[in-house]
Amino acid sequence: MSAAAIPVEHIKTITMSIYRYDPTVDKKPYMQDIVVEIPTDKDIMVLDALHLAKNQEPSLSYRRSCREGVCGSDGMNINGKNGLACVTPLSEVLKRGKITLRPMPGLPVVRDLIVDMKQFFDQLEKVKPYLITKSDSPDMERKQTPEEREELDGLYECILCGCCSTSCPSFWWNPDKFLGPAALLQSWRFIADSRDEATEERLDDLEDAFSLYRCHGIMNCVSVCPKGLNPTEAISNIRNKLLTREKA
Amino acid sequence: MLVNEIINAKDLPVMEFDGIIVGGGGAGMRASLQLAESGLNTAVISKVFPTRSHTVSAQGGITCAIQSDDPDDDWRWHMFDTVKGSDYIGDQEAIEYMCSEGPKAVFELEHMGLPFSRTEEGRIYQRPFGGQSKDYGKGGQATRTCAAADRTGHSLLHTLYQANLKAGTNFLNEWFAVDLVLNSDKAVVGVIAFKIETGEIYYIKSKATVLATGGAGRIYASTTNALINSGDGIGMALRAGMPVQDIEMWQFHPTGIHGAGTLVTEGCRGEGGYLLNKDGERFMERYAPNAKDLASRDVVARSMALEILEGRGCGPNADHIFLRLDHLGPEVVHKRLPGITELSKTFAGVDPAVQPIPVVPTCHYMMGGIPTNINGQVISVENGEDKIIDGLYAAGEVACVSVHGGNRLGGNSLLDLVVFGRAAGLYIEESMKQGVELKNASHDDIDKALERLNKLNASTEGDQVAVLKEKMQQNMQNNFGVFRRGDLMEKGIDELAKTREEVDSIFLQDKSATFNTARIEALEMQNLFEVAEATAITANERKESRGAHARDDFTERDDDNWLKHSIYYADTKEVSKRDVNYRPKTVQAFQPMVRSY
Repeated sequence: MSAAAIPVEHIKTITMSIYRYDPTVDKKPYMQDIVVEIPTDKDIMVLDALHLAKNQEPSLSYRRSCREGVCGSDGMNINGKNGLACVTPLSEVLKRGKITLRPMPGLPVVRDLIVDMKQFFDQLEKVKPYLITKSDSPDMERKQTPEEREELDGLYECILCGCCSTSCPSFWWNPDKFLGPAALLQSWRFIADSRDEATEERLDDLEDAFSLYRCHGIMNCVSVCPKGLNPTEAISNIRNKLLTREKA
Repeated sequence: MLVNEIINAKDLPVMEFDGIIVGGGGAGMRASLQLAESGLNTAVISKVFPTRSHTVSAQGGITCAIQSDDPDDDWRWHMFDTVKGSDYIGDQEAIEYMCSEGPKAVFELEHMGLPFSRTEEGRIYQRPFGGQSKDYGKGGQATRTCAAADRTGHSLLHTLYQANLKAGTNFLNEWFAVDLVLNSDKAVVGVIAFKIETGEIYYIKSKATVLATGGAGRIYASTTNALINSGDGIGMALRAGMPVQDIEMWQFHPTGIHGAGTLVTEGCRGEGGYLLNKDGERFMERYAPNAKDLASRDVVARSMALEILEGRGCGPNADHIFLRLDHLGPEVVHKRLPGITELSKTFAGVDPAVQPIPVVPTCHYMMGGIPTNINGQVISVENGEDKIIDGLYAAGEVACVSVHGGNRLGGNSLLDLVVFGRAAGLYIEESMKQGVELKNASHDDIDKALERLNKLNASTEGDQVAVLKEKMQQNMQNNFGVFRRGDLMEKGIDELAKTREEVDSIFLQDKSATFNTARIEALEMQNLFEVAEATAITANERKESRGAHARDDFTERDDDNWLKHSIYYADTKEVSKRDVNYRPKTVQAFQPMVRSY
C-alpha cells in the first residue's frame, strides 16, 4: 500500500513509536518516533502501518510473511501487549494518534522488533513435537473417530508465534528450564492424540520441578494468544494426567 | 559490522552437504524428509522459519482418490479432471504419476500425524472441490479433497516440520540463498547463501540442489500470496541460464477478500456456498450450467470479472461479488470453515454465518515454472531437445513438471508438493547410492555466482526498492490480469524494459550485517522482476486463449499452433515451444476436447 495513492482529504498522520536497535551501528537501544500518513476512510492493520514506516526508514526491521495471522512471523509487543501486527487493526490500538511497538519481551533482541527465538524453539524440541507410534503403520490411514479428532481442536492450530511464552513471567525467569506455554501446548497436542503411542515417555519427561510445574496459572498466555488457544488449560490437563497416573 | 565490500571466492567459507533444499515449504520439507530418512546429510535453507512458509496458508485440502467418501473413486477420474482442468497442456505422464502415487503420499502424511478431519467411519474427511468429476466427467460432482478443517496447509506444513525434526534434518533457518553455483560443465554444485542474522556469506556446496522456493504472486499488486513469495528460485534459475515453462499461466483465485486479497477457500463453495451478483443472482448457473460454482477456477474467475465489468458487481463501487454461506447454518460454517470465519471477521468485518463475504478474483498461483521431469530433474531445451541439468532439481510451485498446465485444480497444489517433493528425494537418494561425480566449482565459477550480491552490497547510488516494486506490481495488475490484450501487454513489456536497468542497480543504503531486511527485499525485488518480465513476454507470445490465459484479441484455443508448452530464456528473451507429454504409462492418453463445465 502506498500513501501517495490516497486522496489528500482521506489522510491523517499518526506517530509510531518504535523500538530501534541495530548492534552494528547503535551503542544502545532507543525509541524512534516515525510519523506516517494513513487513510481515514478505511481501517488498516498494524503491519500495514509498519510497511508505511519502512518505506520512509528502510532500515526498520521486523519479520513478516503471510500477513493474515497464520504463519506466526510478526509477533510483537503492541502498546504493552503481545500480538500479531498483521491481524491487529490500527483503530483498536491507536491512542491519541500514537502507537508503541517493541519486540516481544524476555528474549534477546537481534535487531529492532526482531528477537532471537532460539530458546523458544529449543524448548519446543524438548517435548518431541511429533507423532510417535510403535505399532506398524496400516496400508491406509490410522483410524480416528471424529470425537477423538476433536480432542486436537484448540491445540493443532498453534502457529508458534511466541506471543504466549514471551508474555509468561515463569518463562522470563527460567527460559532454559520451564518449557513455556507454547511447548507445553504442543506436548498436550500429542498426548491427546489417539494415534500417539508415547504418552508414558512424554509424561516421564515432564516430571520434574521446572518443565511443567513452573506454570503458576497467571494466564497471560491465554489473554495474548492471537489464535484464541488456551495453553493454561493444556498445562492443567497434563498435570491431571500426571496426578491420576501416580494414583494408578 | 557492515557488509559493503566485494567478497571474493577465495575468502569465502564453505559448507558441504550431500543434498541441499532451498525453501522450507511443503515441497522442500517433503524432499528433505526423504533424504534425511535415507541417512544423507541434508540441509534445508529457508529464508524464514519453515512453518512461516506459504504452504501454511493453503486452506481447503489435498485432492486425492483415497476412496474415503466414495469407495468406488478412481485415480484415473482424478487424472481425467486434472488433464481437462489444465486445458490439455498438462503433461499426462506427470499427472498419471501424481494421481496414482497420491494415496500413498497422503497416507504417509497421516502416519506422520497430520490431523485430518474425520468421517464417522474414522477415515479421512473429503469435500467436493471445483473441476472434480466421477467417471471421466460423466458421473457428476466428485468429493475428493482431503481436509483438515480449512487449515490443511497449516496442518501439512507443521506435520512435515515435525517429521523433519524427528528425522534429524539440518535446518539453516533464516538463511537467504542468492544464486546457483555452476561448474565448468554447467552442472549445479550448490548455492551462495548468507545467514540473515549475521550477514555471513557462504558457499554451500552440494551434489544435489533442490529448488523449492514456491511462487511469486507478489509480481501483482493484489494477490493471496504471502509477502515472501518473490520467485527466488525462478530468479536464480533464469540468471543461471535455465528456462522457465508456461510462465504466462497465472491463476486468479475466484475468492480473494475484496481489498485485503486474503484467500477464501474454494472449500466454501465445496461445502455448498455460492456466488451472487448485485441482483442477488446465482450467475454461475449461466456460465457453467452443470458445475455452477464448482467449475474450474479460470472459468469462475472470468465469469466474476465479466459480471463486474458489465456493471453487476456488488457494493457502492460495484467492484466485487458476494460469496454466500449463511444458508449452511452456523454449525457447518464454524465447524468446517473456522479459519474462514476468522479471516472474514478480521479482513472484511463480516461473520460468514450471517453475512456474505465480499470477494474478487485475486492472483493466487503460478502454474508455470522451471521445467522438470517426474524425478524433479531440471530440464533445459536445446535445439528442441530436452537436456537434463546435472545437480539441479525443482519441486512444488517453483517447478513446472507440468501437472497443472494452463489451469490448476483446487487441492492439486498440496498433492503436487508432497508427490514431487517425495519423488525428487527418492531419485536423489537412488542416484547418491550409484555415486554422483561432479567437477568442483573453480574460484571463477563461484565469483560469478557472487556478482549480484557483491554489486548490491557495494552500491552507492540508485533507486529504492519500494518505488520500483510498486511500479512493477501496478503494471502487471493492469496489463497481465484476468483478461489480456496485445496492445496493453506490449505497453507493459516496454515499461518493464525501461525499468530493467534500475532494478539491476538498486541502491542498498543500509549496509548493516545484522538481520538486514532491506538487503533481502532488494534481492527479492530482482527475483520478482525476472518473473514479471518472463510472464509479460511469454503472455504476449501465446496468441490464443487457454486455461488462465484469456485474450480479448485471440479469444479461442488454438490447438493447431499452441497445444504446446512455452519455453522462455532470460538471456535472449525469446519464447519457443515444447511438446506436451501425451504418453501416460498405464492408461490411454486423454485427447483435447471442448472444455465445458
